[in-house]
Amino acid sequence: MTAPTLEYAELAPLITVFGAAVIGVLIEAFVPRRARHTVQVVLALLALVASLVQVIALAGTEVVAAVGAVVIDGPALFLQGTILVLSIISIAFFAERKLEAGGDAFAPAASSLPGSDEERVLVRERRLQTEIYPLMLFAVAGMMLFPAANDLLIMFIALEVLSLPLYLMCGMARRRRLLSHEAALKYFLLGAFSSAVFLFGSAFVYGFAGSLRFSEISTALTTEIGKEGLLLSGVGLMAVGLLFKVGAVPFHAWTPDVYQGAPTPVTAFMAACTKLAAFGAMVRLFYVAFGGVRSDWQPMLWAVAIATMVVGAVVALTQTDIKRMLAYSSIAHAGFVLTALVAADQTATAAILFYLATYGIATLGAFAVVTLVRDSGGEATHLSKWAGLGKRSPIVAGTFALFLLAFAGIPMTSGFVGKLSVFAAAIDGGATPLVIVGVLASAVAAFFYVRVIVLMFFSAPAEEGPTVAVPSVWTTVGISLGAAATLLLGLVPGPLLDLAQQAAVFVR
Amino acid sequence: MISTYSTLATAVSTQAEHGGQVAVEATGIYSWTWLLIAFPLLGAAVLLLGGRRTDRIGHLVGTVASSLSFVMGVVLFVAMLGEGDAERAFTLDLWEWFNAGGYQVEVSLLLDQLSMAFVLLITGVGSLIHVYSIGYMEHDERRRRFFGYLNLFVAAMLLLVLAADYLILFIGWEGVGLASYLLIGFWQHKPSAAVAAKKAFVVNRVGDMGMVLAVASMLAVFGSSSYSLVFANAENASTGWLTAIGLFLLLAACGKSAQFPLQSWLLDAMEGPTPVSALIHAATMVTAGVYLVVRSAAIYDLAPDARTAVVIVGAITLLMGAIIGCAKDDIKKALAGSTMSQIGYMMLAAGLGPAGYAFAIFHLLTHGFFKANMFLGAGSVMHGMNDEVDMRKFGGLRVAMPVTFATFAMGYLAIIGIPPFAGYFSKDRIIEAAFAENWVYGICALLGAGITAFYMTRVMLMTFFGARRWKQSEPPHESPSVMTVPLVVLAVLSVVGGAGLLYLTGDIVQWLAPVTGEAHHDLPMPLALLVTLTLLTVLAGVAVAWGMYGRKAIREDVPAGNPLTVAARRDLYGDAFNEAVLMRPGQYLTRSLVYVENRGVDGAVVGTATAVGGLSSRLRRWQTGFVRSYALTMFAGVGFVVVAMLLVRLP
Repeated sequence: MTAPTLEYAELAPLITVFGAAVIGVLIEAFVPRRARHTVQVVLALLALVASLVQVIALAGTEVVAAVGAVVIDGPALFLQGTILVLSIISIAFFAERKLEAGGDAFAPAASSLPGSDEERVLVRERRLQTEIYPLMLFAVAGMMLFPAANDLLIMFIALEVLSLPLYLMCGMARRRRLLSHEAALKYFLLGAFSSAVFLFGSAFVYGFAGSLRFSEISTALTTEIGKEGLLLSGVGLMAVGLLFKVGAVPFHAWTPDVYQGAPTPVTAFMAACTKLAAFGAMVRLFYVAFGGVRSDWQPMLWAVAIATMVVGAVVALTQTDIKRMLAYSSIAHAGFVLTALVAADQTATAAILFYLATYGIATLGAFAVVTLVRDSGGEATHLSKWAGLGKRSPIVAGTFALFLLAFAGIPMTSGFVGKLSVFAAAIDGGATPLVIVGVLASAVAAFFYVRVIVLMFFSAPAEEGPTVAVPSVWTTVGISLGAAATLLLGLVPGPLLDLAQQAAVFVR
Repeated sequence: MISTYSTLATAVSTQAEHGGQVAVEATGIYSWTWLLIAFPLLGAAVLLLGGRRTDRIGHLVGTVASSLSFVMGVVLFVAMLGEGDAERAFTLDLWEWFNAGGYQVEVSLLLDQLSMAFVLLITGVGSLIHVYSIGYMEHDERRRRFFGYLNLFVAAMLLLVLAADYLILFIGWEGVGLASYLLIGFWQHKPSAAVAAKKAFVVNRVGDMGMVLAVASMLAVFGSSSYSLVFANAENASTGWLTAIGLFLLLAACGKSAQFPLQSWLLDAMEGPTPVSALIHAATMVTAGVYLVVRSAAIYDLAPDARTAVVIVGAITLLMGAIIGCAKDDIKKALAGSTMSQIGYMMLAAGLGPAGYAFAIFHLLTHGFFKANMFLGAGSVMHGMNDEVDMRKFGGLRVAMPVTFATFAMGYLAIIGIPPFAGYFSKDRIIEAAFAENWVYGICALLGAGITAFYMTRVMLMTFFGARRWKQSEPPHESPSVMTVPLVVLAVLSVVGGAGLLYLTGDIVQWLAPVTGEAHHDLPMPLALLVTLTLLTVLAGVAVAWGMYGRKAIREDVPAGNPLTVAARRDLYGDAFNEAVLMRPGQYLTRSLVYVENRGVDGAVVGTATAVGGLSSRLRRWQTGFVRSYALTMFAGVGFVVVAMLLVRLP
C-alpha cells in the first residue's frame, strides 16, 4: 500500500482555513482572555484573505486532487472565492461591538442560563465568547470543501464539517437566548435527520456503482444494468439531504425558525454561504455523477422547484417578522435557482454561479441592516416597528430598499440580472413552464418586498419606534460593500457573468 | 396614408416652399438667428437661477436681454430688405434632436418674411413692455422673478415663430403656455389669480391635445413634422387627412388664441399684472393661433372644409368677444373681450385662404400696437387709481392723466378704424376680403366693426370723460415717464402703423406674398361704397355709445340690464357651457371610471391578492414550531421524492 499523494498547492486554500481553525482552538486555550478577541479576529481575517488570494492565484486550474477525492476546477474555485468574500464580510459583522453596549451579538457563555447571576457577572465583565471565530472557520472550510468534493464520502464529511459548527453558532444569541437555543436544537435534529438520509442514499448509490468516485458512478450508469431501483432510490435520498441544506420545500421547515432564532450575523452568514456551498455540491453531484440519468431526476426536481417557489413566495406574504420574511424569501430564491438546475448544462451552471454570488451578497447586506434597527429589547424585527423608518433614517432605509429591490429582481440591481440569467437558462433547457411559475412567484414576492419599502417610506413612524444604531466601521464597510456590489452588478454585470461562464466547466 | 420614404426623398430634393419661395441654408448674418432666442433665454436663466443675488439688477437684465434681441431682429430685418423679394427665407439647422424609427427631428430655425414680422412685433412690443414694467412693478418685491418670466416668455414665443418643425414649434407653444400660466398666477396670494392661472392651463391643455394630434397625424401621413417635408408633400396627401390635420391645428389655435369654444380662459387671465395682459394676452401669445393657421397655409389651401371651420370660428368669436366687451365694467375685461373679438377678425381672415392670410397678419401687427397701447394705458390708469379696475368708479380722468388719455385715444381711434389710424387699414382689408368671399362673412365682420366702435367708445367715455366718480382723497396722478414713454411710442405706432406697413416700407401684403401666396378677390360692390358703409357703421356705433354713456350720467351701481347684457356680463355663459358640456360629463365619466376601477379592476386584483393571502395563511399553519411535525413533513417529502424517482422509470 502506497501513501496517498496530496496536491498541496491546489489544496492550499482549504488547508489554510482548516489550519487557521485549528490554531483558533489553540488560541482559546493559550492566549490570555483580554487579547483573545483581537487575535481571533485578526487570525480569521488573515486566514480568509490568504485563502482568497490563493484561490485567485489558482484561477484556471483544473485538477483532480487528493487521489480523486477532491476536484479543483472552475465551479469549485468560483464558489470557494465567493464563499471567502462573503465570509470576510461576515467576520466584519461578527466583530461588531458597538451595537450591543460592551458586547457583540453572541452570549458571553452560551451555556449559562439567561438572566442568571452567572450571566450578569459575565456581562458586567464584558466577557466575549471568542470560540465563534474558530467555529466559523471550520464551517467555512467545510463549505469550501463541499462543492469541491468528488467523492461520496468526502461530500458527506464536508457536509458535516460545515453543519456542526453552524448548529452551535445558532444557539449563541445574546438576546432572546431561548429562541436561539430552540433554533439550534431544531436545526441540529433536522440536520442530523437529513444527513442520515443523505448517508443512506450514498450507501444505495455505492451499492449500485461499487464506487464512491463521481466519475466512476457516472460510468456505472451505462454499464450496470438491472439495478436501477437501487440507483434511483439513492439519487432521491441524496437529493433530499442537499435540498434540506438549500431549504427547498418540503425540506424547508427549519429555515424560518432557525433564521429567526439565530444571532443575526450568523443568520446572514448561514443564509448566504450555506446556500452557495449546498447548491455547488448539488450541481456537481447531479451534473457529474448523475448527469447520465437526468431524465430520471428532472421531473422530481421540477416538482420540488415549483413547490419551493410557490410556498416560499406565498407564505412570505403573511409574515410579520422581518427575519422570517427574509427566510421565506430565501426559500423562494432557492426555487429560482432550482429552475436553472433542472436545465443541467453549462449555461445553467454559469447562471447558478452568478445568481448565488449576487444573492449571497445582497442577503448578507440585508441581514446586516436588520442588526441596526434596534429598540430596548435588541433588534426590532417586527415589521410594524419598521414603519416610517425612511423618514428617520433615509440612508439605512434606502440601503435596505436597495437589497429588497434586488431580491425582487428589479432592473438596475444585481437581482434582475441573476434572475434573468437563471430563467433564460431554464428556458434554454426546456423548462418554460417552470419559468412561468417562477415569474408568477416573483410577482407575488415583489409584493411583500415592496410592501416593506412602502411601510418604510410612506407610513407614519411608529410611536416609540426603534432607533437606528450607529454601527462601527466594521458593519458600515460590510453593508456598503454589499450595497455597492448589488448596484454595480446590476449596472455592469458583464465581467462577473463572463467569469461565471468561463468557470462553469466541471472536471470529471 | 402616403407616408413612404421615397416620397420623402423626392420632397427633400424639391423642397418647394408654399408660395414658391425656396428656403436656403442660412449664411452670414442669418446664421446668427439663434441669438434672437438666446438673449432672452439667457436672461431668464440668469434671473430665475440667479436667485436673490440678482434682485437689484433683475429688471435691467431682463430689459437689456429683450432689447438685444430686438436689435438683433432689426439687424436681420435690414439685411433681409437687401435680398430679393422671393429670396428671403433661410433655414438654420442647429443640431439633430433625435432620429428614431425613421422619425427625424432637427432643431432648426426658419427665418422668413412671416417669422420676421413676428420677431419684430415680439421683441419690439416686448421690449417696450419690459421698460413699462420697470415702473409698473416697481413696488413688487418679486419684480426680478417677473422679469425672468417675461424673458422666458419672449424666448419661447420667438422659438414658436422661428421653428422650422411642428415639434419644435410645439416646444415654444408649451413654453409660452408655461410663461402665461406663471404670469397669470403671478400674484399667487390672490386665490382668484391662482384659479385663473389654473383655468388657463387646463383650457390650453385641450388645445394642446389638438396640437399633439396634428403632429401625430403628420407623422402618420408624411413621416415627418418638418415644415419643408410636410408642405412639399401636402399635395399628395388625401383631403380627409389634410382636413383632419387642419381641424386639429384649429383646435390648437382655438386654445392658444382664446377662440370659441375655448375662449373662456382669456377673460379670467386678466388677473395677471397688466403688462402681462398687454404682452401675452393681447399683443403676442394669443395671436399664436393665427400664426399657426397662416404658417400651415399649405395644408389649409388644400383643405377647404377646414378653412371654412376656421372662418366660422373666427366669425363667432369676433361677435362674441365684441358683445362681451360691451357689458364689462372692468376695464381690463372689456379690453380682453375686445382682444377675443379682434383675434376673431384675424382668424376669419386667415380662414379665407390666400386672399386673407396677409391681411390676418397685417391686422395682427396693427392690433399688437394699439391693443398693447390700450392695455398699458389701462395699466397706467390703474396705477394712478390704486389698482381700481371698475370703470364705473373712473370718469373725467383726461385732466388728471393727460398723457395716458392722449395715447389711449390714439389706440381707440385705431381700433375702431378711423382713417388714417392703423386699424382702419388692416380691418378694412379684412372686411373687404370677407365680403368678397361671402355676404354672411362680410356682414358679420361689418357688424363686429359697429359693435367694436360701441364698446370702445363706452370704455373711452366711462374712463376719461364725464363726471369724476372716484372718491380717493388725493387725485389720480399721471404715471412716471418710464411708463409713459412706451405709451407714447405705442401711440405713435397706433397712428402710423397701418399706413406705414402699407406704404412706408413697402406693402406688407407684397412682403408676405412669397410665404402666404396671393389671391385677388372681386368685391360684390364698389370699394368706395364698402368703405363708406364701414365708416357709417362705425360712426353709428360711436353715436349709440355717446347716446347711452356720453349724454347721460353714468350710474355707479350696476343697472339690471336687458337679458343680452346679463348674458354678456357672464361671458355669454361660456363657463356655464363648459360646466354643463365638459365638466359635468367629465366628472360623471371619472366617477364611473373610478367605480369600475374600484369594483371591477380592483375587485379582480384584490380578489386575487385575498386568495393568495388566504392560501398564505393556510400554508403558514404548516409551520407549527414542533420539530416532530417538521420531521414528519420531511419524512413524507423523502417518501415523495423516492417514489417520484422510481415512478419515472415505471412506464
